[in-house]
Amino acid sequence: MALSHNEIFDKVQDVLVDALGVDDEDVTPSATLRGDLGAESIDFLDIVFRLEKAFGIKIPRGELFPEQLDPAFVVDNKLNDAGMAEVKRRMPNADLSELEQTRDVALIANLFSVQDIVAYLEKKTAA
Amino acid sequence: MRWIWIDKFTEFTPRTSATAVKNVSLAEEHLHDLYPAFPIVPNSLIIEGMAQTSGILVGEARNFEEKVVLAKINRATFHRLVRPGETITFAAVIEQLNEQGASIKGTVTAGSNELVADIELMFSHVDQNMKGMKFPEHNFVFTEQFTSLLKTYRDAASIPL
Repeated sequence: MALSHNEIFDKVQDVLVDALGVDDEDVTPSATLRGDLGAESIDFLDIVFRLEKAFGIKIPRGELFPEQLDPAFVVDNKLNDAGMAEVKRRMPNADLSELEQTRDVALIANLFSVQDIVAYLEKKTAA
Repeated sequence: MRWIWIDKFTEFTPRTSATAVKNVSLAEEHLHDLYPAFPIVPNSLIIEGMAQTSGILVGEARNFEEKVVLAKINRATFHRLVRPGETITFAAVIEQLNEQGASIKGTVTAGSNELVADIELMFSHVDQNMKGMKFPEHNFVFTEQFTSLLKTYRDAASIPL
């Protein structure tokens, strides 16, 4: 049986508390990984490892975190139209207005939030 | 002084686990620096010993083609001090490994199998994770100093390289 939204959120919360050394109450759906929870680049791999273990799944590189977008989506560190569409698909809850204007790839990691992880896992575990 | 904190491997199972030992000698200068009248092995160097044990294990898993660096100490809990004259045993198990890096779980013991520390580490394959940064072509992590440890173990165990 597929996990409920709350069950997935609770597991994600545990993973982020362990990986980032933050408190339960810091891990809100809208908290961004870098800005609010202080994640650094190696933490993203740590989080992937922990999610794989917690959910018993494999997360191919670049499938969860948009840090490692397919090179076909990026030209000179700027998103092309296909890349912008991909980011919108992956981060349906994020405010992408600034990204839409600047297309700066570096902005993506700052916008990625807890609910984006939950949304990814909901699709992944339902499949 | 050589920056090497393990003396030899006693077990090495590729892509799975490795165990190394270090004999602690009163002749080591650093033992006298932390508490001059009470020589102990600093906890930071116990972490370094585990990082070297597991770093070689992680590097070997990809034939030393990746530059493997210690990227994160997920957890390090210390249970007792290590004094001169003791043998430290570092036992590392690979928990997860992919093209970007690896996580390991380590147990450090001394004396009659007494727990010294539980250590969890993450390693990064730097060329895979730091695109845009320039690193030397040669593998500066796995110098002969480290790879010779594995060779010594394999020679003793008659395992082909």
